[in-house]
Amino acid sequence: MMCASVKYSSRGPALIPRMKTKHRIYYITLFSVVLLGLIATGMFQFWPHSIESSTEWTLDRRSVHDAPLVKLPVSSPIPERGDLSCRMHTCFDVYRCGYNPKNRIKVYIYPLQRFVDEVGVPISSTGLSREYNDLLSAISDSDFYTDDVTRACLFVPSIDVLNQNSLRIRETAQALAMLPRWDKGMNHLLFNMLPGGPPDYNTALDVPRDRALLAGGGFSTWTYRQGYDVSIPVYSPLSAEVDLPEKQPGPRRFFILSSQTAIHREYRIQLERLKEENGEALLLLDKCSNLSQGVASARKRCYKGQVYDYPQILQESSFCVVLRGARLGQATLSDVLQAGCVPVIMADSYILPFSEVLDWKRASVVIPEEKLPEMYTILKSIPHRQVEEMQRQARWFWDAYFRSMKAIGLTTLQIINDRIYPYAARTYEQWNNPPVVKWSSVNSPLFLPLIPPRSPGFTAVVLTYDRVESLFRVITEISKVPSLAKLLVVWNNQNKSPPEESLWPKVAVPLKVVRTKENKLSNRFFPFDEIETEAVLAIDDDIIMLTSDELQFGYEVWREFPDRLVGYPGRLHLWDHEMGKWKYESEWTNEVSMVLTGAAFYHKYFNHLYTYKMPGDIKNWVDAHMNCEDIAMNFLVANITGKAPIKVTPRKKFKCPECTAIDGLSLDQTHMVERSECINKFASVFGTMPLKVVEHRADPVLYKDDFPEKLKSFPNIGSL
Amino acid sequence: MQAKKRYLILVSAGTCLFLLLCLGGLPVPASRGGLGRRDGHRPGTHWPRYSEHLQPFVPWDQSESEGFSAPMSPRQKRDANSGLYKGRRCRMDSCFDFSLCEKYGFKVYVYPQQKGDKISESYQSILASIEASRFYTSDPGQACLFVLSLDTLDRDQLSPQYVHNLKAKVQSLSLWNGGRNHLIFNLYSGTWPDYTEDLGFDIGQAMLAKASISTENFRPNFDVSIPLFSKDHPRTGGDRGYLKYNSIPPFRKYVLVFKGKRYLTGIGSDTRNALYHVHNSEDVVLLTTCKHGKDWQKHKDARCDKDNAEYDRYDYKEMLHNSTFCLVPRGRRLGSFRFLEALQAACIPVMLSNGWELPFSEVIDWNTAAVIGDERLLLQIPSTVRSIHQDKILSLRQQTQFLWEAYFSSVEKIVLTTLEIIHDRVLQHVGRSNLMWNSLPGGLFTLPQYSSYLGHFPFHYAPLGIKPNPKFTAVIHAVTPLVSQSQPILKLLVAVAKSQYCAQIIVLWNCDKPLPAKHRWPATPQPVVVIEGESKVMSSRFLPYSSIVTDAVLSLDEDTVLSTTEVDFAFTVWQSFPERIVGYPARSHFWDANKERWGYTSKWTNDYSMVLTGAAFYHRYYNYLYTNYLPASLKSMVDQLSNCEDILMNFLVSAVTKMPPIKVTQKKQYKETMMGQTSRASRWADPDHFAQRQTCMNKFASWFGTMPLVHSQMRLDPVLFKDQVSILRKKYRDIERL
Repeated sequence: MMCASVKYSSRGPALIPRMKTKHRIYYITLFSVVLLGLIATGMFQFWPHSIESSTEWTLDRRSVHDAPLVKLPVSSPIPERGDLSCRMHTCFDVYRCGYNPKNRIKVYIYPLQRFVDEVGVPISSTGLSREYNDLLSAISDSDFYTDDVTRACLFVPSIDVLNQNSLRIRETAQALAMLPRWDKGMNHLLFNMLPGGPPDYNTALDVPRDRALLAGGGFSTWTYRQGYDVSIPVYSPLSAEVDLPEKQPGPRRFFILSSQTAIHREYRIQLERLKEENGEALLLLDKCSNLSQGVASARKRCYKGQVYDYPQILQESSFCVVLRGARLGQATLSDVLQAGCVPVIMADSYILPFSEVLDWKRASVVIPEEKLPEMYTILKSIPHRQVEEMQRQARWFWDAYFRSMKAIGLTTLQIINDRIYPYAARTYEQWNNPPVVKWSSVNSPLFLPLIPPRSPGFTAVVLTYDRVESLFRVITEISKVPSLAKLLVVWNNQNKSPPEESLWPKVAVPLKVVRTKENKLSNRFFPFDEIETEAVLAIDDDIIMLTSDELQFGYEVWREFPDRLVGYPGRLHLWDHEMGKWKYESEWTNEVSMVLTGAAFYHKYFNHLYTYKMPGDIKNWVDAHMNCEDIAMNFLVANITGKAPIKVTPRKKFKCPECTAIDGLSLDQTHMVERSECINKFASVFGTMPLKVVEHRADPVLYKDDFPEKLKSFPNIGSL
Repeated sequence: MQAKKRYLILVSAGTCLFLLLCLGGLPVPASRGGLGRRDGHRPGTHWPRYSEHLQPFVPWDQSESEGFSAPMSPRQKRDANSGLYKGRRCRMDSCFDFSLCEKYGFKVYVYPQQKGDKISESYQSILASIEASRFYTSDPGQACLFVLSLDTLDRDQLSPQYVHNLKAKVQSLSLWNGGRNHLIFNLYSGTWPDYTEDLGFDIGQAMLAKASISTENFRPNFDVSIPLFSKDHPRTGGDRGYLKYNSIPPFRKYVLVFKGKRYLTGIGSDTRNALYHVHNSEDVVLLTTCKHGKDWQKHKDARCDKDNAEYDRYDYKEMLHNSTFCLVPRGRRLGSFRFLEALQAACIPVMLSNGWELPFSEVIDWNTAAVIGDERLLLQIPSTVRSIHQDKILSLRQQTQFLWEAYFSSVEKIVLTTLEIIHDRVLQHVGRSNLMWNSLPGGLFTLPQYSSYLGHFPFHYAPLGIKPNPKFTAVIHAVTPLVSQSQPILKLLVAVAKSQYCAQIIVLWNCDKPLPAKHRWPATPQPVVVIEGESKVMSSRFLPYSSIVTDAVLSLDEDTVLSTTEVDFAFTVWQSFPERIVGYPARSHFWDANKERWGYTSKWTNDYSMVLTGAAFYHRYYNYLYTNYLPASLKSMVDQLSNCEDILMNFLVSAVTKMPPIKVTQKKQYKETMMGQTSRASRWADPDHFAQRQTCMNKFASWFGTMPLVHSQMRLDPVLFKDQVSILRKKYRDIERL
């Protein structure tokens, strides 16, 4: 509509000059009227609306009692019981989610209604609970949320079914079926934490719900529809009430602690027997019988008259028992995780919370109920280091997935999201690695143990500016290396053209010259399409002292370590205790942590990484300072692979590659200072010192052996 | 007049436009405001902030009151469950008797084959793999798991392999016990036209290891989904993956390919019939043929001739090797051969088989190696795969190769993976973690009984961000009695003990003579533990002694000559390569084309593939693996010959790492015997010794099904080794003096 009017008015002025003045006035008035109308319409449309949405956040405080009352007729239809064979491909309409570039599902929340039966009795004794309200608010504030019911992929009813105890089953089911988009429960998600009721305590919500997905706390393997339902934790209200600071992992005062009050008598007897056998290592708490008035009994536990604060006491134990009660899901699990105590879960057939994505082996010990008497022995056999990691992992699980209704709700949605867009799903590491591990762990992108075949050879990339004579010598030398596949000269001089083709040395392999737009050091690491081999030899235009054997040997070593920098001149970084910072070292040392890219083999992947994934401003910084591109490359590779470079063959008198214009000591020293600064700068950008120091270098197996030279594969190594 | 007309027309047009705008403009805010506005209650677009105090979802007294009213004893409840959940609702808790596995561990019994029973090649392979594994027992009294010798692989009634009367045959087995603790392998079930997943006989409480199983029929943590494999699938070893190197950028000639049959009608035909919509004959090449079966002409549709012609234009192998993604659509059944073919070819599988419980889904995280599509969204598949970032492609592709080689490349691996999955369930909390299954070297080489802690294995230091223990334990294998104070073992002991990294020295006394008195051992700063070998056999030098508490083990022969500096240097190198063998004596293997067998050489050559354990560091986990992973047949061969244990260790470690060992520095002569002082009992002096080692090589290679050893052309020297600098600047200067 808007478009059409704009077109019209743009065509208007073209007509005007051809008309008489009198008419022109009419037209102008006419257009002003149209224009005014347009503006007015626009104001009408957008002005009041925008006011509305801005007030909504600050002023929109309303009461649940304002929600409209809906009366359920007795004959109102009841959904069918949940179909146990439901799976995403049978009971979920994926067309509603469709393809979207963000790979994110859209979730709609029904507005709140108060359902009552024909005589006016509400369907639930609590109505909207605090927790369910928190959950819906969280979804509403998240990226998942949409207020457009037609665009929604998932529907969340505002009918609170968290606790089955407070529900009237039949009426709740009728209310669900009355939802305008219910459509046999298709794409509807219900949250329930306490399913079942006495005496059987079923493990899934008893409310008939057609095909609706159930995010349930306390599923058993028989009620859980794997890949369809989501197993969620039972939220513990203490999470919000009590602030337990994270405790460092390590040994605790008690080894095992049992804090649950509602433990079946049979199990309590077994626990007491364990206590008798192992004494002080175990602490068996129960509820307190004689607390003074006004003390919240939920926050106290007792043992033989001694009173302990709960949940604080959980932090005093390495392991904490989480036994099944009448239900499989226990809120205690949440408290235990919060305390960083490793849960010992004994609830046969229980589907652990978020087990679809969380690796509970890293945070808990699951023991069959029958093995309760062996618990102590089983736990004692776990290595200390592992217990510490489990403690850390337990706390991290709580922090990330248990701590609030928001965390629980959004995790549930993320799990469903991952099923619908599996190719964009979060990885195991993203779900399970706590930040500490994410920081320190290294997963090399070239992780497969491969020794690539010799035959594709390597591409030599020579960076040059104007030293043509030296360049030609380098080319001639390299061309003698058997595995050389191609020569790529990166011509970094914009003021001068490369020599004519006829002047170049004749070599057996293809030689290609790439002219760059700017004289930047990073050009040498650009992933040129011309590099068709996996292996790249970066070489300066003045490195003429390497023999063909040395280069070929370097390539062979690279094949054994394709994920590392394999180079000739080695360098070291050192910690300068006096200055309190890193220092660059090029002297003859017993250690190596870098190899210079003036002559080094590496995988083409690192070109890609250097050009597109270099952290921070390092790349620009290097180009601006015209220095340290090699150090940056060493940082990059070491950081992503966690491995040291490999220096090959003995030390040679290289024409100091990092000091091309030695006029005297002073310049050399400035140079070293600059290189040291680079290391400090990069270490701060990477947030860590990724370089690894080693004391070895690679030589041919028969190097310096008393053996006929002509029988050696690489006889000419180390000549000066 | 004309002007007036024009004026009128314009005015009316203008008014119309104005009115239209006013009226038409209204629905815009209405639709933006959403439904909330219409019902008059929720004008906001977000969930409102309720001001009042809402009740908690669980009243304080609920949990307590409930616990005590629990009427049934937990034991009763468990018993009730196991009575209740049978057949299709079987779970380990209700249909498996764990008590059978307690006494003898996880042992698998295979029924003896009856004469006259027809058993297919594939099933023979499965049974042979079980019988060759360390789980096998021939005593049903020790068994935890039972496997039928009746061929249940092909339950398609129309198939020639179909075994009739299976029901009666199974029921007559005396150990059947309602199928309890039985495992049934199956590749094909059901037949035309509906291809149900019914096996045609009552499996009772038996577990299924089945191909093409659907999520509806799959009993989680009870059944095992296995891949469909052809009868040509190798029994052991198996081909390696086709990926030779990681090309950058990782894109190949085609984006997505498929070549296969099309079913014109009936179950499973829809998806393949629709593939032509996505085919573009450029980078998305999806080819189908109608030409299969006897009477395809009868059913053929309008597209058949065109499709068939296009189908013949492309070579399947060529496509497989030159495509980034390979479509794996369901056939009549959910699984297809295309899956393993794509996996091996490093062509990332794009699954299009709704409801297929992917192979070994219980332990393998398929999102890391495949794209799981939805048949309903076929038309989106091209844009989906095109949107996958190249770094992700690189990692998916490498993972296909890891998974192929770890779990799928041979029948033996498929069978062992199936057994290990069940084993993990029996082990319960000790079972493998997700990380052990999904990262190198994979679950079959990661024995969880060794430790449940990942940091105790040599493979996971980097992912966990930790380092191995900075000390080592030396294990000296002593076979000759202690008679003189100048014996090499004593010199060795002193030299090793001087190392700053040495935590302790274990002398394994495998000599027939009694232990020497304590004072005969030199005084050392580190404790010397003398263990008297019980059986005094060769393999005992690799037993995982509990007294070894460091990650690194320095394995030494009694006549090895090493200086402290050499020990120190080798250990610092090992710290960089904790998953490999790092040491001094290098040897090589070669293929002897004339004799058509593997050869062993100790000559000086330009490369090596073994580092002997007479002077080498390795991770103590390999002791555990050697003792518990290798079959009794190989270990007893070593013990009988008193030879080849070092070769076997190299085979094992290279099979795990797929990498060569590492030789350090120049040292070639590391034995007293080689230096002219013959030691009487040295086995190295025996002329048969060398011949035996040739035999060993071939025996080992045949058990592994392949030659795991890999050659290396380099050795690692100290950085300044023989460089022309003052020797005083060299940290490991003693190495050059030797």
